[in-house]
Amino acid sequence: MLKIHRTLIVFLLTAVLAAATAAADTRSLHDRTLENGLKVIVKEDRRVPVAVSMLLYKIGSMDEVNGVTGVAHVLEHMMFKGTAKVPPGEFSKIIARAGGRDNAFTSKDYTGYHQSVHKSQLPLVVEMEADRMANLILREEEFAKEIRVVMEERRQRTEDNPHALLYEQLVATAFVANPYRRPIVGWMNDLENMRVEDAQAFYDAWYAPNNAVLVVVGDIDPEEVFALAERHYGAIPSRALPERKPQTEPQQKGIKRLLLKAPAELPFIAMAYHVPVVENIDTDWEPFALSVLSGVLDGSTAARLPRELVRNTRVANSVNTSYDSLKRGPGLFFVAGTPADGRTADDLEAAWREQVRRLIQEGVSEEELARVKAQVVASFVYQQDSVYAQASQLARLYSVGLPYDAMDTLLQKFQAVTAEQVREVARRYLIDDALTVAVLDPQPIGERRPPVEPAADVDEGGSPR
Amino acid sequence: MSKVKVAALFAALILPAAVQAELPIEQWKTDTGAKVLFVESRELPILDVSVEFPAGSARDSADRSGVASLTARLMRLGAGGMNENELSERLADVGANLSSRIDVDRAGYSLRTLSGAREREQALGVLRAVLQSPEFPQPVLEREKSRVISALRESATRPATIAERTFRELVFGDHPYGLPDSGEIDTVEQISKEDLRAFYRLYYRAPAAVIAIIGDVTRDEAERIADDLTRGLPQPASAIQPLPPVTPLTEPVERWISHPASQAHIRVGMPGVKRGDPDYFALWLGNHILGGGGFSSRLTVELREKRGLSYSSYSYFSPYAEKGAFLIGVQTQKEQAGEALAVLRSTLARFVEEGPTPEEIEAAKQNIVAGFVLRVDSNGKVHEYLAMIGFYGLPLDYIDLFPERIAALTSEQVTDALRRRLDPSKMVTVVVGPETAR
Repeated sequence: MLKIHRTLIVFLLTAVLAAATAAADTRSLHDRTLENGLKVIVKEDRRVPVAVSMLLYKIGSMDEVNGVTGVAHVLEHMMFKGTAKVPPGEFSKIIARAGGRDNAFTSKDYTGYHQSVHKSQLPLVVEMEADRMANLILREEEFAKEIRVVMEERRQRTEDNPHALLYEQLVATAFVANPYRRPIVGWMNDLENMRVEDAQAFYDAWYAPNNAVLVVVGDIDPEEVFALAERHYGAIPSRALPERKPQTEPQQKGIKRLLLKAPAELPFIAMAYHVPVVENIDTDWEPFALSVLSGVLDGSTAARLPRELVRNTRVANSVNTSYDSLKRGPGLFFVAGTPADGRTADDLEAAWREQVRRLIQEGVSEEELARVKAQVVASFVYQQDSVYAQASQLARLYSVGLPYDAMDTLLQKFQAVTAEQVREVARRYLIDDALTVAVLDPQPIGERRPPVEPAADVDEGGSPR
Repeated sequence: MSKVKVAALFAALILPAAVQAELPIEQWKTDTGAKVLFVESRELPILDVSVEFPAGSARDSADRSGVASLTARLMRLGAGGMNENELSERLADVGANLSSRIDVDRAGYSLRTLSGAREREQALGVLRAVLQSPEFPQPVLEREKSRVISALRESATRPATIAERTFRELVFGDHPYGLPDSGEIDTVEQISKEDLRAFYRLYYRAPAAVIAIIGDVTRDEAERIADDLTRGLPQPASAIQPLPPVTPLTEPVERWISHPASQAHIRVGMPGVKRGDPDYFALWLGNHILGGGGFSSRLTVELREKRGLSYSSYSYFSPYAEKGAFLIGVQTQKEQAGEALAVLRSTLARFVEEGPTPEEIEAAKQNIVAGFVLRVDSNGKVHEYLAMIGFYGLPLDYIDLFPERIAALTSEQVTDALRRRLDPSKMVTVVVGPETAR
């Protein structure tokens, strides 16, 4: 039974790889670099007449300094507040009138601006995006309103979300020296004391064509995109960028633990191990083995942690791992979960440790390995269904310094991971000396709210039911 | 000076004519009576298949709420002689994703798989077992009940959930649309395996099934897939009762519920519109301008851009078989909840009274017509439409019809529909956070 199973999986994997390659091949990739250093990457996806344009600056919260945490994200908000050509608040309205959608995002590593439009509107969005790279006007009165919006965002995403608060504390504890320790949205007190000059300084320092990539995916002619980019970005001069210090995290020398009290019903535990990320795509193997390890543990409902911790032993109500191998800064391997009814965070941690022990002693099976690889390839194929996801993928590769066509290599590296390598990275990196454990200690939300009585008038006239 | 330049920018907009999706949707019935909607799409080696039933949470009863949700949840956790681990492994081995979905009307499963014969057959085999021979194993039921109850206890501490629950109770009263999606702690505790089996046999029936297929298969293959998926489904003799209509509100209702969170969660609304309603397109366009159109909508401009009161504000109609809620939602720092609510109410009242300006109508129409292709630019998005069109019996050219109907509306028609259908003086208001209105 087991033998047949294994042969079948190997066969399936071959077929899956062929399918993935077929999907990738039909869509050609093109790239060019303007004289001012702006990188332009184009991918043709001719299924429907749309285009997604994404401008990514290689600048994120990790480039901030103490006292002005959150400024990368605040500047992202302010980028919608006008240039000489476009009055405050009009940017998104103009895109909307053209049938488009637009938004932006900030991460620790990069800041991205994107528009999805009918392909005929691509010139408009390229022109407008280029305009605000060079001509943003930061106004005091707009800043005063927008900083309040950002504080509301922090309340919504972090202050009132106990799990997000716990993660914020976990990361701030795992890192001591590296700027990854700071939350993307910034500390509340830094937001309260931020001034429009802080955003201006960040803009002046980092928003330059030689610090950005323009990715366009859709039903478009690459040469036309290159010409558009040249026309609108070509005249923006490149600029010397501030020096980026490495700020290497000193090695952790022993387990760290923290407790966070917040209004909640259930306890929650989140753990983070220091691990490597991709530095050299050709020679590295550990980050790929760690990705496969994450898949073995939590890649699907068939993976080890949901099977063992949630279903079989019932220690946890939910459990997950996450690991991102493509980062500008240092890597963390996260494991988190909610204990099952009557079980504690300690029980969950002990069950996790037992899983680590088994990984190191027994390794992983060929079936598990093949399953994870099949999923990696399938999700790559599925990603080709979304124009936005394709643009996002290409921009992210650039943000960590990888070539735009690195996806093929990445897939091959995943396929090359062996069971022994997965066991080896577990042995090397899932160790207490590199571990930080954060536990949420749930606090009552105060006196129980009175039961809400339905108003009598709602039922007047009687429901026919 | 800047005005001239903006005008030039606007003039530069040469909008494409309404983009015809030109989707060749094929529709037929299986021998078992299930409805099938199919679009052949060969570029990517992907197949999406969903099978849905009128088995949503509105089919629950008040004393057993949570049965619909648990039924959908349990079907994949033991079926066709395979336990949950085996079912999961068979999907994962071929990189397939199977998800259950449920709302007030619909429940079912959606599968995304690679379209190669072996991957497809293995993944469809799991879906077939899940749909046709779910086993609802007792130990799994006990475990899942415990997980659901824990999640309910946790979510009862979250201000957003408290606001949603209270809003639904007040808007829908006794109507089953007011029942909580996954039940209540004391109703879930009482749910038995027999409840799930009975619910499954009654609602997961072949003649009520709607199958939506898009992807890399031929019509013949799609027919075989549909036959295969519905062959062993229940065929009960009794009819499924239609849902009762939603009772309109006759008076305003307001609830303030205290909570230690830093933000207040505000919800304002009333019963709204149902699928196929003649006012639907006018209301949809009106809401797009009020709070559905993102950064350009009035609520965002008034609350966020002008006053910095909120990061998140929105409004929507949720059309179902019967009237779903019209809802406005805002989150803001607790201390300014009263101010935000006042801005929300005056924005709504003025909008319903005066209607959108001709410029707003024009801008919104341009957005929807010129940008409609963005709503159908992936198999995944078209698949959602197929399932919805099939379930509610909408015309097969609905995807083309939508921008056409929007483009044909006048601002008078939109204002008229808003005035007839939204009554700001008889709405439900829920504020979670501050003690009282002061």
